[in-house]
Amino acid sequence: MKGQVFAITLVVVSGVATFIMFISTMDSLSLTRNRFYRDYHFADVFVNLKRAPESLKEKIQNVPGVHLVETRVSAYVKLDIKGFPEPVTARIISVPDDGKPLLNRLYIRKGRLADPAKDNEVVINENFAQAHGLDPGDRFAAIIHGKWKELTITGIALSPEFVLIMRPEAMSPDFKHYGILWMGRKALGKSYEMDGAFNNVVLTLYPEANVGDVLDGIDRIVERYGGFGAYARKDQISHRLLNEEFRQLQTSSKIFPTIFICVAAFLLNVVMSRTINTQREQIAALKAFGYTNLDVGIHYTKLVVLIISAGLAGGIAAGVWFGKMLGGIYMEVYRFPHLLYTLHPGVIVAALLISIASALVGTLHSLWRAAKQPPAEAMRPEPPAQFRVTLIEKMGIGRRLTQPSRIIARNIERKPIRTFLSIIGIAVACATMISSGFFKDSVAFMVNVQFVRSQKEDMKVAFTEPTSRRALYELKELPGVQHAETFRTVPARFKFGNRSYRTVINGIEPESRLHLLLDTDLNAISLPPSGIVLNDYLGKFLGVRAGDLLTVEVLEGTKPVRQVPVVALVKLYLGVMGYMDVTALNRLMTEGDAISGAYLVTDPLYSGKLYRRFIDMPRVSGTVLRRNEIRNFHDVQAKGMLFFTFIATLMACSIAFGVVYNSARIALSERSRELSSLRVLGYTRGEISYILLGELGLVTLIAIPLGFFIGYWLCAYIAQALASDLFRVPLVIETKTYALAAAVVLASATVSGLIVRHKLDHLDLVEVLKTRE
Amino acid sequence: MIGKEGEPNNPVEVVFQVRDLTKIYAMGEVEVHALRGVNLELYSGELVVLLGPSGSGKSTLLNILGGLDTATGGDVTYRGKTLTNADERELTAYRRFHVGFVFQFYNLIPSLTARENVAVVTEIAQNPMTPEEALHLVGLTERLDHFPAQLSGGEQQRVAIARAISKNPEVLLCDEPTGALDSKTGIVVLEALDRINRELGTATAIITHNADIAGMADRVIHLSNGRITEIKANTVKKSPGELQW
Repeated sequence: MKGQVFAITLVVVSGVATFIMFISTMDSLSLTRNRFYRDYHFADVFVNLKRAPESLKEKIQNVPGVHLVETRVSAYVKLDIKGFPEPVTARIISVPDDGKPLLNRLYIRKGRLADPAKDNEVVINENFAQAHGLDPGDRFAAIIHGKWKELTITGIALSPEFVLIMRPEAMSPDFKHYGILWMGRKALGKSYEMDGAFNNVVLTLYPEANVGDVLDGIDRIVERYGGFGAYARKDQISHRLLNEEFRQLQTSSKIFPTIFICVAAFLLNVVMSRTINTQREQIAALKAFGYTNLDVGIHYTKLVVLIISAGLAGGIAAGVWFGKMLGGIYMEVYRFPHLLYTLHPGVIVAALLISIASALVGTLHSLWRAAKQPPAEAMRPEPPAQFRVTLIEKMGIGRRLTQPSRIIARNIERKPIRTFLSIIGIAVACATMISSGFFKDSVAFMVNVQFVRSQKEDMKVAFTEPTSRRALYELKELPGVQHAETFRTVPARFKFGNRSYRTVINGIEPESRLHLLLDTDLNAISLPPSGIVLNDYLGKFLGVRAGDLLTVEVLEGTKPVRQVPVVALVKLYLGVMGYMDVTALNRLMTEGDAISGAYLVTDPLYSGKLYRRFIDMPRVSGTVLRRNEIRNFHDVQAKGMLFFTFIATLMACSIAFGVVYNSARIALSERSRELSSLRVLGYTRGEISYILLGELGLVTLIAIPLGFFIGYWLCAYIAQALASDLFRVPLVIETKTYALAAAVVLASATVSGLIVRHKLDHLDLVEVLKTRE
Repeated sequence: MIGKEGEPNNPVEVVFQVRDLTKIYAMGEVEVHALRGVNLELYSGELVVLLGPSGSGKSTLLNILGGLDTATGGDVTYRGKTLTNADERELTAYRRFHVGFVFQFYNLIPSLTARENVAVVTEIAQNPMTPEEALHLVGLTERLDHFPAQLSGGEQQRVAIARAISKNPEVLLCDEPTGALDSKTGIVVLEALDRINRELGTATAIITHNADIAGMADRVIHLSNGRITEIKANTVKKSPGELQW
């Protein structure tokens, strides 16, 4: 029974390991985050505005529910890093003159805080420092409020506000092209003419505060100072994305361990049934000697618990190991001072109880039979197996079957439930492999839709402020610019019925060549001259359809509120937003022909020169290269994907191996006499292997297409479970993913088959002559 | 058929020639000498009974003759071909084309009908009879499509005999064919073996510990403690119907 116990243990180890891995990683990240937030005073509310006097701070402080308030100066700057010609932008934030932020404090990894009086010292974030190989003492330049300034790095820091650093409207983190700088308040305020003024506020609330009321209260206060709308921690991008990660981990922690536990329960059921059957006489003898039904039941229950326990021990060790590995992968993207790895005893207890309970439920029937069997009945030989002509033979299809093939067909039909469950088990292994490939395929598809089919610019140039459309002609005149189109982006709140959502409206040129809108079938559509186009997810969230009137509250400039007809819903996998003809948006904003920036097609030979030009242009706040966004996305996802593919492959192999090997061993022990008899009659080793392994081969071949089907729906469930306003995962599974899944399952099944074949080759032919059926 | 003690009357072909055959098993630290230098010839068309108590070596001898087991020493030739140094593939081919086996506990394939159990052998044989012919020879024409679970012990054994002879083997080896049956059913089985031996001329060796069965043989080979103690030719052969135990 060693081999079968090993196969079951492997499955249990996999199930427990994935459970522990996902849950412990989630708990560890959560603990690490909460500790970081607590110890470094992460704010509850964030407000951006144009400019307000410091005296406003008191008014904000007096809003009911507000605890601590800190005003800051914040801006976006272009950086000029020697030896790195590509465009780099950063957000620069002030720290108080005493060097100690009240809220969103800095964890200094290396070096020290910047001297608050010095306007050429900064602290930078760790990701950025590592991406460029920067250390305290190194220098780079920044264009601060139009002035080129050389800065010295004094320290490298982490902040609870920037656990994950994302450029606004970016698809993924870009550690090389976007960073965070911290500078003394006095120095930064002077650069931006913000002496005695601020344009950014962070604050904490009392525990009993009503967040909505606080946000409303602050909005009313900052409105006349160009406030863009206060938002709570839950909407802060770094915090939000980490929460999304937790949600994914939680979903995964439910799906995959469940698969394993069910497969393990099934395998145990088969093994225990077989074991109890072969030990009928021993059971009978024990009962004849006076052992009770309960004693016998407890004995076999202990066997089940023992097998599960071995899997549990291995699974916990493997789960901790994988959990630390996964935590390490997350730490490369989410920056905390240290990962506080934790495994709650409750998680282990849960794993223990769930595993044992599932195993006992799976084997309940067998255990009941063992306990209840009357001694006399157990002493009698088992009644012979009942066979019958199969359905395919009755239909006439099986007339030409050879006897070995007939044996296979009849054995399959004799235990339909066990055969069916074996098929399901192998199909699930296939489905597990498909789910890992699905992530890769869907991400590749998302990138393709977002950055190849929809967006076609080489470069996106953003202005510091809305600018006259004349700026487009200036850009077109630059050497290397082959084509340019304008865009206008405004923050807005959409309302429909009792639902509202805050996002941006992207104004683009009609008949744009660089920014295509794709309908839900991914065909390009023309932007209508009036009305608004929403992406499908936002439309569904608000409950709007084409033709409905949407209330649009602009959160910039004169902040007009308009009723705008929704003219279409488009497909967008990342973010949610609305689109309008840029001229129509200008009309809505009553602002003339203002633009926020331009999309450019550029000659690669002129790229370096263009980057330099834009660094020197005061009006340009930053440039983003499309190819960098694509590369970043893949880079950030790569390690995580590799890890998940590795885990999923291990899982699929363990399930496929477990089910096939277990079935093969059971079949061998049940039919070794029959197979040995055939060897005596002159059948070769290969021919009896065909009989035993042919049945398993057929089961595997039936299971694979079923696995494709289950895999597809598993992926559909995962895609639907992960959907949020941040991103939607398209249900895309490439042919090569199906092929790889089938190959992994076939390979696992082949390995188990070869192991069993080795035993088949060493059957004792002499013994069979003397044994009764 | 009966002439000089231990040899048939008429000069007939030697099917098996056994010279100084020994077989030693290791049972832990103990060596078991199952055969201690056996010398024997078996002839075409004869029916011999290997008689002896448990542990006498008769099964071991049959297993080696059947290519199921290997000798420790000595030679066994089948129609001039040495079996004792044949490899696994050669022995499988030997069993496949030349030998018919009948087991004590029938060893039928439970998922196949009587006809199909015979077909399992005829499909891989070189010059077989049809399954129906083989089953007719053992009187089971009415039970062709029954599964072993639907047959009595005697019927199952007769199916096993039909399976064994369906390939037209030159040799039929039977290990305690009546061991699991009552005497009445056993006689039916022996009648089938006897008929096949007479009608097909298949050299037949039957192992038994039941001395009464020896009456139907051409020769009776007594074994004890791994040696042949006596080879006796029956001057008068009994028909199976005349046997009693």
